[in-house]
Amino acid sequence: MSKLYRLALLILLLASGTARAALTIEITQGVEGALPIAVVPFGWSGATATAPENIAAIITADLNRSGRFESLPDHDLIAHPVEGAQVQFKNWRMVNVDDLVIGKVTGNADGTFTVQFELYDVIRGKQLTGSSFPTSREDLRRVAHHISDLVYEQLTGEPGAFNTQIAYVTTSGTGKNKSYTLLVADSDGYNPQTILTSNQPLMSPSWSPDARQIAYVSFEKKLAEIYIQEVATGSRRKLAAFKGINGAPAWSPNGGQLALTLSRDGNPEIYIMDASSGALRRLTSSSAIDTEPAWTPDGRSIIFTSDRGGSAQLYRVPVGGGRAERLTFEGKYNAGADISPDGRKIAMVHATNGNYRIAVLDLESGLMRVLTDGPLDESPSFSPNGSMIIYATRAGNREVLSAVSVDGRFRQRLSLQAGNVREPVWSPYGK
Amino acid sequence: MKFNLSRVMMVLLVAVMAGCSSTGDKQVDSASIEDKGTSADGSVVSSGAAGSSSFGDYSLDDPNSPLAQRVIYFEYDSAEITMDGQDLLVHHAGFLVANPTVHMTLEGHTDERGSREYNIALGDRRALSVQRVLELNGVAPEQMTVVSYGEEKPAAEGNSEAAWRLNRRVELLY
Repeated sequence: MSKLYRLALLILLLASGTARAALTIEITQGVEGALPIAVVPFGWSGATATAPENIAAIITADLNRSGRFESLPDHDLIAHPVEGAQVQFKNWRMVNVDDLVIGKVTGNADGTFTVQFELYDVIRGKQLTGSSFPTSREDLRRVAHHISDLVYEQLTGEPGAFNTQIAYVTTSGTGKNKSYTLLVADSDGYNPQTILTSNQPLMSPSWSPDARQIAYVSFEKKLAEIYIQEVATGSRRKLAAFKGINGAPAWSPNGGQLALTLSRDGNPEIYIMDASSGALRRLTSSSAIDTEPAWTPDGRSIIFTSDRGGSAQLYRVPVGGGRAERLTFEGKYNAGADISPDGRKIAMVHATNGNYRIAVLDLESGLMRVLTDGPLDESPSFSPNGSMIIYATRAGNREVLSAVSVDGRFRQRLSLQAGNVREPVWSPYGK
Repeated sequence: MKFNLSRVMMVLLVAVMAGCSSTGDKQVDSASIEDKGTSADGSVVSSGAAGSSSFGDYSLDDPNSPLAQRVIYFEYDSAEITMDGQDLLVHHAGFLVANPTVHMTLEGHTDERGSREYNIALGDRRALSVQRVLELNGVAPEQMTVVSYGEEKPAAEGNSEAAWRLNRRVELLY
C-alpha cells in the first residue's frame, strides 16, 4: 500500500462556479495504516450527459480528509460496477482494498434525484450497508456527505462529521479599507455563504446546539455588541450591548442560555444570560480578567480563562456558582478553551517558549499534549464527533485554518485563494 | 508592511528637532523618543517638560504640541502605564479639564499573540488604566468612553516584535 505520509494532496478543486471564497483543503500530514478503500464513480441515468455532482469524488475526498482512509486513485480502479451483481470480489482483493463503495444516481423526470449506494466488505465478499435517498439538486452534496458519514461509522465504529458545517471569519484589505466577513461553509469548504460583512471587526462566532443560529460579536457601531443570527434566513437580533465588553458568547448545551463576558460592572466577568428573556446572572467575581466561557457537555460547569493567578490559565466553575478550580498548570499561558463533545478533553491555546500552540488536556489523566507546531495558533474547535480539531494558524504572513486529529497524527490545511481566514468553529450535528 | 521602528523614530526625532510639522497620528513626542532609547538628547526631553507647565493652553491641531501624541504603548500582557505614558497623559488631562465639553474615546489594543477574547479583555484593561490616570488628574468620567478592540485592529501588520510593540497600545481619540 502506498503511503499517504507527507503526501500533499489537493483534494478540493474549485470545480463549480459558486466556489467564491471557498476554502481549499490540503492534506499536509497523513497517517500510516489508513484503511484502504475503493470508491467507484457512481453510475448516472438522466437527461444530461453527466450527473450534476460527482458523488463518488465527494465521498473519496471526505474519507481521505478524515485521515482514517486511503482511497484507491481513480486510475487504479480495475472495474466500474454500479450495483452488487457486478462486483468481482476476487479482483478487488488483488488491488488490496478492504472495502468498496459503489452506487448510482438517477435524474428523475420531475427534476428530483435518487442516490443509491452500497458498501461491501471485499475480504468477506458481503454487503455491509446500503441505502437509497430521494433528494433535490441542492442537496446532492449533502447526500454525498451523509453517505460518507454512514461509511465512516460502519468501518470505524464512530460517527462521521462530514455532513456538518464550519463558521469562520475572513478579512481582506488593510487599514481603513479592511473588511470582515462571517461565513458558513460545508465541512469540506464548499458552499461558502456570507452571514455578515462589516468594515468593523467581527469575532467569536458560536453555534447554537441545533446548528440553526450563530451568536457573534460585532463592532459595527464601534462598540462591542453580541448578536444572534439565524443561519437560514439571515434575520438577527441584538443580544447584549452593555457598557464595555460584550464578548465570548457560548451557547448552553440545551440552547436555553448563553454564557458571555461582560465588563458592565467594571471588570471582565462571566455572566449567564437566558436566551429568550435576556435575564442576566453574574457567575464570576474577581478583580482579574475572566473570559472565554465554554460549557461542559452536561451543562453543569463553565470552563473559562482567568489571569487571577497572575497569568492566563483555565478554570472550572459550577454553572450555579461557587469556587473556581484551576485546571491548567503547565506553562504560563493557557486560554481559549474548547471542550470535546464527550467532555473528556479540553483544547486550548498554550504558549511555550514564545510559541502559541494548540494543546489538549485529558481531564481524567491530567496529561497535556501539544498538537500543533505553529508560532501563532489559536481558536481550537472540536469536530462534533470529537475526532478532529480545527484551528487558526499562519502560513507565511497569511492567516489560514488547519485541522489536526486529536491524536496529532493527521493534519490538513484549509486556506482561501486570497485574504485571511480565522476563528473557525465546527458546527454541532444539529437537529 | 515591515516597520522599522528605530528608523521611524530617527526620522521623527529629526522632524521634531527641526520644528517641522509632521503629519498624522504617528507623530511621536519627545517623551517616547527618550523611552525608546534612540536618543537621550537633553534638549528634546526638557522642551517636553517645560511645556507641561501650561498644558491647558495647547491646541489639538498643533502638531508640535504634546497633545499631538495620542498613543500610549504597553509591555507584553501588561496594562501598566510607563512614566513617559504618565507624563503624556498629564498633558491630555490638562486639556480635557480645561475643555470639559471635549470628549475622548480610549481605544485599547493588543498584539496578535494569544486568544482573541482574552486580548479583548487585555485591551480593555489597558484602556481602563489610561482612564484611571486621566481621572486621577481631574478628568470627568463622562468625558471618556472606553472600547477594546483586542488584536482586531493592529496599527502595524506583521508578526515581529517591531510590529507587536506598536500594536500594544491605547489610542486617545478626540
